[in-house]
Amino acid sequence: MSAGTDKLAVTVTNIVPLNDLVTRFEFQRSDGGELPTFSGGAHTVVEMRDGDITRLNPYSLMSDPMDQSTYAISVRRDDAGRGGSLFMHNRVRVGDRMVISYPVNLFSLDLRARKHLMIAGGIGITPFIAQIKQLAATGGRFELHYAARSAALASYADELTAHHPNNVSIYHDDQAQAIDLVHLLDGQPLGTHLYVCGPKGMIDWVRAKAADLGWPREAVHYEEFLAPQSGKPFEVKLALSNKVIEVGEHQSLLEAIEAAGVDAPYLCRGGACGQCETDVIGYDGKFIHRDHWLDDEEKASGKKIMPCVSRFEGKTLVLDR
Amino acid sequence: MTIQFNDETFRDDYSFHNSDRAIQRFPFPFHEDSYMYSVNMERHKGGPEGSVYEMRFDVDEHYLAEMKDRAMVLAEDPLRCQSLPHMTLAGWDLLELIMVSKSEDYPDLFELHREGSNWRWINRPMGIDQSFVFMDEASLPYGPMEYITRQAQGDFCILDQRDDNLWMDAGMVTTQADWSLDFDIGMNFFEWHAPVPKAHEMGIFVRALKFLLNIQQGSPARRLNWTLTVNPLLDTSPENYHKWGVQKTTLTPENLGRKQHLRVELQTFFRLPRSNALVFPIRCYLIAFEDLVSVPKWGRRLHRVLRDIPDELATYKGFIDNRPMLVDYLSQYDDGAETSPGVWPD
Amino acid sequence: MPNFEFPASIKSRPVYGRLEPRKGKFHLMIADGEGAEALIELAAADGALMAKSHIIYIPRDTGAGFAEKLTALGPAQLYIGPSYPAAVPRLRRVLADAHMGLQVYLTGTEGLMGQAMNEAMAAGIPHSAIQTEHRGSLARRMQCVHCKGITEDVMTDPFVCSHCGLHLFVRDHYSRRLAAFQGVRVDAEDPGNIPDPVELYS
Repeated sequence: MSAGTDKLAVTVTNIVPLNDLVTRFEFQRSDGGELPTFSGGAHTVVEMRDGDITRLNPYSLMSDPMDQSTYAISVRRDDAGRGGSLFMHNRVRVGDRMVISYPVNLFSLDLRARKHLMIAGGIGITPFIAQIKQLAATGGRFELHYAARSAALASYADELTAHHPNNVSIYHDDQAQAIDLVHLLDGQPLGTHLYVCGPKGMIDWVRAKAADLGWPREAVHYEEFLAPQSGKPFEVKLALSNKVIEVGEHQSLLEAIEAAGVDAPYLCRGGACGQCETDVIGYDGKFIHRDHWLDDEEKASGKKIMPCVSRFEGKTLVLDR
Repeated sequence: MTIQFNDETFRDDYSFHNSDRAIQRFPFPFHEDSYMYSVNMERHKGGPEGSVYEMRFDVDEHYLAEMKDRAMVLAEDPLRCQSLPHMTLAGWDLLELIMVSKSEDYPDLFELHREGSNWRWINRPMGIDQSFVFMDEASLPYGPMEYITRQAQGDFCILDQRDDNLWMDAGMVTTQADWSLDFDIGMNFFEWHAPVPKAHEMGIFVRALKFLLNIQQGSPARRLNWTLTVNPLLDTSPENYHKWGVQKTTLTPENLGRKQHLRVELQTFFRLPRSNALVFPIRCYLIAFEDLVSVPKWGRRLHRVLRDIPDELATYKGFIDNRPMLVDYLSQYDDGAETSPGVWPD
Repeated sequence: MPNFEFPASIKSRPVYGRLEPRKGKFHLMIADGEGAEALIELAAADGALMAKSHIIYIPRDTGAGFAEKLTALGPAQLYIGPSYPAAVPRLRRVLADAHMGLQVYLTGTEGLMGQAMNEAMAAGIPHSAIQTEHRGSLARRMQCVHCKGITEDVMTDPFVCSHCGLHLFVRDHYSRRLAAFQGVRVDAEDPGNIPDPVELYS
């Protein structure tokens, strides 16, 4: 048995465009009941029914974790993506009914920390908004450093600065403002935990610098959701369920397995949590591994694939599903 | 359904007893005629009506007596309940989970009224009517975990989740099968299971941990574990081993049916929402061999399980010395007939 | 002196490594007895290390001869104290002021390393980021699970609890929080039947 998550039936109650790229969506339970509380850093997986295609995209919950009336997510429009964010921006209307998962937290605060030092880039701000609400309610000590392309694109920067003037610093790329990371990491009190969420380059930069300055691995936390990428269509045989399926150009392998009615476990749908790891029974071709769950040896072995983000090019692929 | 609570003890005169109903609903753990470790997890989403699986937190005829015994253990040794400083939020999570579950599942016994942070909790069997402020420790007589687990059967471990591991960072442990919270608090999943033989080599704990790390809100899980206890002792702690260990030598063929108990733990796992910790309630059910063999299938099967179990496990579970006597006793109830699959009585 | 090879054991039993220099602005080294030798080797592995290091050293019975050698390493700070308990207030003061990036090195007896690790953990350093290397005595620090008293420098199994007097057998189950192994009454099921004590690892 896989652990899995349960679903919540919700109604879209508010849609708030924040700037050219980012829009906030708010949900309440369709049956009028209370939503579960959650912990800062949690995400929900939103099911999008787009004609024949069902997409399931994870978004960080950014509402107050203690608020059981409403959940909020912020979606950045990705014009080059596979269409999930475009669907949210262009098709979803107030009053629509949607299905979302129970909250799942793969980026939780280490509650032992003496201080929480947060570094956000762009839309990577969203998990921190919920974490800051949690810390503010429980008296936790934090400091946020938030870099965005411009003042206009720095979603929630004004709100954060207004509520926590002494704990929040904003950096705008277009004004050549940059986080002075070495200076920032130097002199943090023992017991500080560092959190980073943003583009891959930023995460790599922060982790490398922290390691260089002698920060323990256990005190550095990061969340990077990969979005599945489009690619050439390919055919897969699912051995256990005895089905042959076609993975479309803009579909992930996991989505194609689900569309065929085959139950497959997942949590993050972003190549990070390991839950959807699938055994390869046979193949003739090459894998396009994009997850950061399998190690290099496993990727080279041709025995495992993470169907949420990875693809395949070649003649045959047989999976143990 | 009204529960008739027993007036009974788990020490001194050992007046603990199971009613016929309690025997029928006993969580017999062996689904076949032999036993080996496995990651025997299933979802904890109800079960047959009247069974111990039906409610999120089972309340039975032993409730008041178990809570009295817990209070005595804590008076003797307050270290049985500990919470590391970062676990207070998880304690509130647990308090909420138990109060909400019990008031929904047993509305005739428990009531919870909430207006914002102002909560009122009524526990009728224990005669408690407590108004308090949620998330304000000063408004309760104990910390949140201790407060609610003094009113809930079974042990409770709260596991912090970090670095891809689970850490035993808080607990109320007074009905344990020979392990010490005071010693194990702060350990990770592999460390607190370190003394268990064989299972590490079998990869059991790696698989179990992977499963547990992925338990999500709204999807609790459960499994059973078991051991044997001479006399219906809830508190078989290492702290008191020098007091109860010697009781194992008092077993005779004549008193065995009455004194020897099968001890089954219903272990459940719930993700806690605010803290992202995992709570691990371990509920202990005891049954005397003479009551257990009143279900013919169970008598036959327990005989075969204990007869064939590897010595290493019999040693770890603490009955290797008494095994010949136990098997001899149980053999009277095993006519060699085939047993049906599954745990339920025929 | 070569490091003692502890027999393979259960997963709660600490495993010690070899100290190696790590990146960091400041380094805290705590050692007793023959642990001084490991620090001397550490200094040899990175000539620049000692200038950023604070050494807390407890010679105990076997380390009197090392004081001069440690001084010669030129550490930024060197404290040589009569006992671990005497050094604790200083250790806590140092940790209270320390910053992320501090590297901690522990070497010597299990009891010293365990207790100092506990202080460093309480100050916010993950235990897995703290380096350890065993040197010198094989004695163990034991908690009596019955009375909770700690008996230092246990050399035999079973041994007598220095607090309650029960005869305890030595388990490999180890608590980082207590910095001690677990001792359990050896004659619990058969009072009075106490086996002869045997030297540990013999």
